[in-house]
This record gives sequence, C-alpha cells and structure tokens, in this order.
Amino acid sequence: MATVETQRDVTGDVVPGVVVPDRRPRWRGLLRSRKLASGLAIVGFFAVVAVLGPLLVGDPNLVSDDRLLAPSAEHLLGTTTTGQDVFRQLVAATRGSMLVGLVVGLLATVVSVLVGVLGGYAGGHADESLSLVSNVFLVLPGLPLVVLITDYVQTRGALAIALIVSITAWAGSARVLRAQTLSLRSRDYVDAARVSGEPGWRIVTFEILPNLLPLIAAQFVFAVVGGILTEAALAFLGLGGSGSWGTMLYFAQNSQALSQGAWWWFVPPGLCIALVGAGLALINFSLDELINPRLRVPRRPRRTGPA
Amino acid sequence: MGYLRRKALFYLVAVWAAVTLNFLIPRLIKGNPVDAVLAKTQNMTPMSPEARRALELQFGVSDDPLWQQYLGYLGNLLRGEFGLSVAYYPTPVSKVLSQSLPWTVVMVGIATVLSVLLGIALGTLAGWRRGTWLDALVPTTTFLAAIPYFWLALVLLWLLGGVLGWFPLNSGYSYETTIGFNWPFLRSAVHHGILPAASIVVASVAGWLLGMRNMMVSTMAEDYVLTAEAKGLRPRRIMIQYAARNAVLPSVAGFAITLGFVVSGSIATEIVFSYPGVGMNLVAAVANADYPLLQGIFLVISLAVLGANFVVDLLYALIDPRTRQAG
Repeated sequence: MATVETQRDVTGDVVPGVVVPDRRPRWRGLLRSRKLASGLAIVGFFAVVAVLGPLLVGDPNLVSDDRLLAPSAEHLLGTTTTGQDVFRQLVAATRGSMLVGLVVGLLATVVSVLVGVLGGYAGGHADESLSLVSNVFLVLPGLPLVVLITDYVQTRGALAIALIVSITAWAGSARVLRAQTLSLRSRDYVDAARVSGEPGWRIVTFEILPNLLPLIAAQFVFAVVGGILTEAALAFLGLGGSGSWGTMLYFAQNSQALSQGAWWWFVPPGLCIALVGAGLALINFSLDELINPRLRVPRRPRRTGPA
Repeated sequence: MGYLRRKALFYLVAVWAAVTLNFLIPRLIKGNPVDAVLAKTQNMTPMSPEARRALELQFGVSDDPLWQQYLGYLGNLLRGEFGLSVAYYPTPVSKVLSQSLPWTVVMVGIATVLSVLLGIALGTLAGWRRGTWLDALVPTTTFLAAIPYFWLALVLLWLLGGVLGWFPLNSGYSYETTIGFNWPFLRSAVHHGILPAASIVVASVAGWLLGMRNMMVSTMAEDYVLTAEAKGLRPRRIMIQYAARNAVLPSVAGFAITLGFVVSGSIATEIVFSYPGVGMNLVAAVANADYPLLQGIFLVISLAVLGANFVVDLLYALIDPRTRQAG
C-alpha cells in the first residue's frame, strides 16, 4: 500500500525540488546502500544453498534409528521422529521454497506488467475492464481461494503449486503499475515520442518500461516473498508440494514435535523463511528509496565523518 | 452520487465473480462429492444405485444442464443452503459455519484492530522522529514482518505454553465450562485467546508500522507541514493533525484489504492452537474432501471481505473528499 502512495508522490512535480542534492547517478548510489548489500548477501546465500546444497548433503528422506535426537556433531540440527536428518531436510527444502518463490515472482510480475502497463497505456474500455478484473482479484480472499483450487486440482508438484499461488499474487502489482503508467503516459517526453510518430509498442517498451523498472523490480521482490509465504502456509495445511520449509513444519506439527519439545525440528524452517523474507524486504527498501528519494536519510552528516 | 453508484456496481460484480468461481471450480475440475463420501464411509459393501442416487440428490449432484444447475445453486445460496457437510456429516454446512465463525471473528478481529492501531501509532512516531533510535524499528520489524505468522504461533506456544506453562496448549475454551455468557466461560475463552491473538499482532504489526512511517516521511516534506511549522504550531499538533492525518489514508485503505484476513488469514494459526474457528473447519474439509463445506467457507470469507471493503470504501469517501471526485 505504501508503494502506491509513494508512487503518486513521484509523479507529482514536487519531487525534484525535494531530492537531496546528490550528484551521484542513482543506480550507483543504490549499490552502495548497506541495506541492499545485506539483503543481497542473505538472498544470495540462500540461492546458492538452493542450487548447490542438495548435491552436497545426503538423502534428506533417509530414515534411521536415531529418532528425535537433539542437535549434535553427527546431526547438526538433530533428527525427526523417523530418524531423518533435519539439516539435510532443511537444505533440500531450501530448493523447494526458493523455486516456488522465484516462479511465483516471475509469473506474477509478467502478468501484472501485461495487465497494468498495457491497460494503463491503452486507456479506454480495455483499461477499464482490465482494472476491473484486477480489482476483483484484489478483493477475493487469496489463501482460501488457493486452498480451494489446490484441493480440487490435486496435483502437488512445485510448479503446479507456484502456478496456483500466482493466480492470486499479481493483482496488487498490476494496480500499482497501472497507476504509474497512467502518470508516465501523460508526460511531455511520451507526448513528444507519440507526435514524432513512434509506434505504440515502441513507446511502451522503450519510453515507458525503462522508467518503470525500479517499480517492477520492487513488485517482483514483493511477489517472491508472497509466494514463499503462501506456499509455506499451504504446505503447512497439508496441501504443499514435496519438500519445502512449509512441508517440514507440516510434518513437525503432525508428529507432535511441539509437545515433545523438539524445537530443532520446527524452529529452523521458520527462521529460514523469516531470513529470506527479511533479505528480500531489505532489497525492496533500497528500491523504495530509489523510487522515492524522500525516504532516503540525508547522507550529509555521515559524509563529514572520518570517511 | 456517482461515487457510491460506481462502488456499489463494482462490489456487485465482485460478489458475482466470487459466487460464480465458487460454482465453477468444482464443476470444471472434478465432479462428484458422493464419491468422496463413499470413499470415506463405505464399508466395502457395494452401494445400490438407488441409495447412491439418494445421496447424490442430497449433495445436489445432477445431470441437468449447467445453466439450470447454476440457477438452482443461486437459489440455494439465497436461502442460505450450502448443502451438507461431509466432514461433519450430516450437519448442514451453514450450521457448522455458524458455530465456528464467532470464534474466528472475535479473536482475529480484536487482534487485527490492535495491530493496526499499534502499528499506526508507532509508525507515526518513527516517521516523525527520523534519525533517532526509533530508526532501529525498521530493520527489527522487517524481520518480524517476514516471519510466517503460524510459525511465530508455534514458537510462542512452545515457549509460553509448553516450557513456561503460562497458557493452555490448545482449544478455544476450557471444556469444563459451558458456552454462553457466563463468567467462567468468558474467562477461559480470553485466557485461551491471548496467545493466538498475540502471535497475530506481533506478526502483522510491522507492515502497518513501515507503511505509516514511509507515508509520514513523504507527508512531512509537503508544503503545508512546512507552513504549519512556520506558523509556530506545537510539534505535537503538527505531527497529529497535519502530517499523520494525511499520512494515515493509505493505511485506512490497507485496513480494508486486511479485514479479509480476519476470517482467512488466521487459518494456520488456528491449526497450531486447535482453535475452534473457521480455519479448523477448512482443514477438516480438506482432509475429508468435504467440498460443500470448502465452498461454503470460501463463499462466507469472500462475502465478509467484500462487505468489509465496501464499508471502508464508504468511510474513505468521508475521510478524504478527493476520492469522491477522482475516477
């Protein structure tokens, strides 16, 4: 919600007057931000684990007689009630969760760009019907709808789950992108391009889209977080695919890990979700500050320091 | 009144979409709830076609053309008939829901309002006093916001309920009490509700805080705030009546969307606490292939969300006159 409003601010004429005098190119300033660096580090770490991890640790589903052991040197994060190694499961689940997040992010972003930007640029009836559709999807309750569809579809592959989660994930972004497209459409430089005879598709892809990029990136990150969280909730309800952090929590809950005090089983998956989510949110903050310079804390005082 | 009419029209379309989706999804994907009941209850003896036909009639399965089924479905909805629940067979879905809804609405409703108020208050302060120690709220709450709310519930339950033993481990009330307006029941209900509600508040307060803070920061750069400062108004007054009053608008809009979570967002929390609300019904429905109940829940949630959004849209028009004019 905040993004919608900050957008409206950027579109006004007020903004250029408020920007802190700062000669550096915006993108380079962004790269120096500590928030972005730590966000990228966290997300990058989990991405590497997701890609390489499952190859390095052993079979996560291997059962043994070491049932419900506390963490030790042999089992870094202890074992489950069936003697499976929690650490191995955690690494394998990283891949599942990150994959779903990524796919949901991509799908939701593509749909929201198509609906939001094209609708916003086309205007008229096309715009009205597209924004009606996205508004309807925005007010339909997401999780119950996803549960309903998942239960009927009865496929539990990671990709199928991601596809279903995406159905409810795109509408908010589409609305944000449409609002910004509407304001860009009436800018002088777009008018100039139109008068000089540029075709519509060229105006959209070369004049409007580049200016929407930070916003689209922010919406993408947002959708990834949403995807990971929704999948976790879905899996926790027993509707998940194979092997994600939510699935681990589901099995922990159903094996009474809580009443047996097996904290090593249900604490790590949630922590991982929270960490990835926080990392992505940090990235989003720096994107937000890029879009809306008012959010940037003035750097002047810091620059007078020893640096 | 153009604004009102446009809004009413939109919500009519939205209600229609929800109702129709609810009708179509099961028919598009797969059909027969009777098979589900049979799979659950059949004790190996094959069922006679007549008995099967009777069950089919009970669950509203028919070979009529789709539009006729649709009309019949709409008629049943108008009469509040959602069919029979499979999981709680033979209780009607409407009865199952009327027993669980109050639990969810009261507990999650209170938690949501608390979280919004707390978040807006803290966000106002954090935005107003930018550059002080309050900035530390941002990274802290970022982390909190990313936590899955049901996992937080698990951890709180384990720590405060299991290890410390301060709170009961499950259910919404003590079974020794009788449900109703009597003191022992209300006390046990509150005691059982504190932990789930607290987990919802902690997990959701961050979003409100951040949104409000960012809007405060944007609003405080506006000329009218500068004017107010130049006039020498008291800082408190500038903060609340000039900056916060305008900055709170998106939060009000967000509140509308969140009202949907009053019924639906707590599903997994209810599972963690075995809380007797709609979420427990939903999971029971999923586990028993109880499609009538599933559809009933989805519909009730959709209507609640749409209704709440409509009310807040109307309120919004009162608070912010600009919305009444703008398209």
